[in-house]
Amino acid sequence: MMEEQHDHGHRFGMVIDLDKCTGCGTCMVACAAENNVSVRPDESDKQRSITWMQLFKITNGKEFPDTEVSYFPRPCMQCEEDGHGGHHPTCVSVCVATATRVDPNTGIVSQIYTRCIGCRYCQAACPYHARYFNWWDGYFPKGKGLEKYLSPEVSPRMRGVVEKCTFCHHRYMRAKTQAYAEDRRELEEGEYVTACTEACPAQAITFGDLNNPEHKVSQLAKSPYAFRLLERINTKPKVYYLSTRDWVRKMADNYLPGEFKRVKKVTG
Amino acid sequence: MDSPLIPEGVKRCSPKVFFFWTLPWIGLLLWGGVAAVLCLWKGLNQTNMSNIFAFALWIVFDLGLIALGAGAFFTGFLTYIIGRKELKNIINAAVIIGFICYSGAVAMLGIDIGQPIRGWFIFWHANIHSMLVEVSFCITCYLGVLAVEFIPIILENRKIQEVKELRLFGHNLHEIMAVFAATGTFLSFFHQGSLGGMFGVMYARPFAARGGFYIWPWTFFLFILSAIAVGPCFTILCTRLTEAISRKKLVPDNAIQLLAKISAWLLSAYMVLKILDTLVWMYGSVPREGLTFMDFFRQGPYGVWMLVVEIIICGIIPAIILMIPNARKQQGWLITASLLACTGIVLNRFMFIIVTLAIPVMPFGRFWSYLPTWQEWGLSLAIIGYGILLFSLAYRYLPVFPKESELNPALETRAT
Amino acid sequence: MTPFSFEWQWNVEYFIFFGFLYLALTVVGCGLVFAGIKTALQLMGFMRERHF
Repeated sequence: MMEEQHDHGHRFGMVIDLDKCTGCGTCMVACAAENNVSVRPDESDKQRSITWMQLFKITNGKEFPDTEVSYFPRPCMQCEEDGHGGHHPTCVSVCVATATRVDPNTGIVSQIYTRCIGCRYCQAACPYHARYFNWWDGYFPKGKGLEKYLSPEVSPRMRGVVEKCTFCHHRYMRAKTQAYAEDRRELEEGEYVTACTEACPAQAITFGDLNNPEHKVSQLAKSPYAFRLLERINTKPKVYYLSTRDWVRKMADNYLPGEFKRVKKVTG
Repeated sequence: MDSPLIPEGVKRCSPKVFFFWTLPWIGLLLWGGVAAVLCLWKGLNQTNMSNIFAFALWIVFDLGLIALGAGAFFTGFLTYIIGRKELKNIINAAVIIGFICYSGAVAMLGIDIGQPIRGWFIFWHANIHSMLVEVSFCITCYLGVLAVEFIPIILENRKIQEVKELRLFGHNLHEIMAVFAATGTFLSFFHQGSLGGMFGVMYARPFAARGGFYIWPWTFFLFILSAIAVGPCFTILCTRLTEAISRKKLVPDNAIQLLAKISAWLLSAYMVLKILDTLVWMYGSVPREGLTFMDFFRQGPYGVWMLVVEIIICGIIPAIILMIPNARKQQGWLITASLLACTGIVLNRFMFIIVTLAIPVMPFGRFWSYLPTWQEWGLSLAIIGYGILLFSLAYRYLPVFPKESELNPALETRAT
Repeated sequence: MTPFSFEWQWNVEYFIFFGFLYLALTVVGCGLVFAGIKTALQLMGFMRERHF
């Protein structure tokens, strides 16, 4: 039953060009609006805010005039599994109620909200803090306008369950339905993109099928300037970042002195 | 007033005094009750848990209670499987303490999860790769075993013994206690270990992650060893406390000394392995992730001093004290060593839970700190109140300590 | 949980985990049943009560 179609399915991934990202936060807002993310009247407690896409600000730590700043948009990394029952994403292997799994056809780590019991073990296990717990019930009071951004394609979450970025899986379903109606089986590049990809004004986010060599995302992921967050922990994320700046790439992982390897000059 | 319920041949305080004794513990239970109702009604925002501190005070209490409650299964193993008959004078107390610890932990977990009504999904939709599933199954089954071990003690109540059916059933259960003790040992081995395994398998959290043997990280074995080393210490402490409050000797010295000696050897073995594991982790796994040991303590309220306290003050020192026979025999040293050992184990669990979560994993992350709310304290302290209350009721109405009248002949001649 | 549930997989990991679980539950259950039957037999006079 669990014959994983790992190599024949899609592996949807993202490449985010940090040299283009301006830190405007549109991706965060688009994500929240698209996915019925609840916001509370008082969002000052950042430790309990729900931000499927979260923007981090990093600096190179130098004094003026050498200070440089960059922004790290961080969606769920949709960590990889090996498809043979060996290596699982850290959140999938720990879930007590089998409420989360990697979809072998898309590579997206899904969450069953109605099954999640809210034990929060996955939150403890995820190194990217990509998982968010509903500490409150959803807040969508009538008459305040918040209900206007609700999308019928995305289930709202109840209190006490964990949620996270789903690479806008409902958009995948929408694109597949459209393709099916047009008697197609495969999706074109760009037919299915996440809300953050679509919204980014700098077009810093590229989204597509990492398994498809024709998709831009799989070509960009092979760039020598491409890197992933915390590669050494072996979570195998499907979100890649691009930056020509050494200090930015160095910030993506932990390096002991002398371990960081610079990228040799790339021609062309 | 309640003298027909009090065991034969022993003396207990008046019902009025007992009533006043129970009041503070009932107070704690009420505080916990209010906290529980608030959390169930309004949600877990009543606590200071957050997306950073997904596990917090309640999980620390759970793990601490389960580690300390290990005295129940281990004493049962020593009594019924190994056959150390002198422990029969303390096994009842150990079982009751174990029952209190485990039932309290399960009750607290019921409030801790976001959707308590869905708690049964752990069993119905079990993900067997998850250590927490292993923990849940074994703890639930073991709580059942503890209840089965507790029932004969309850059925030995003087009034209940008058009912022939119940007396016979209690006796028959007692005769096959070895079966339950063996099952309890088997189940406990796995859940004590899996509680350690829970943190050791988090390969994305370098502070907690450990290498191991096949699917079991070293923390699996360290948690079992620490639990059986310190469980007897907690049993000794509870017994001594009961003796201090009731002002009478309840357990012969040979039982206490045997537990203390076994605890000494296990604690020493644990310390050797714990230090070895810490060194291998510090100089092996941590640098492999590009970190240094001091990176974990760069900022934040949780410092290296905690590790020093855990290993040296609350680990090596009580091990040495308990290993010295003359020190074991002295009340003061025995209590001190037991207290230190129990503190050390709770500190160990705290480090794996809270400090693991406080440390940033992403290089640009920050250290966080956490303080519980009154609701969290309420529920946690309610378990202590529940424990003291239940133990008090058991001590008053059940023959928990078989040698009590023999050890206190002068006092008991006036008993009703 | 059982071979009839959706998540069940016929592989060695499931066999070991649930094998041990059901073994432990069976042992405890049998113990309780045994004590119960023995009590019933003693009450009905078919067995003598052993006094400690």
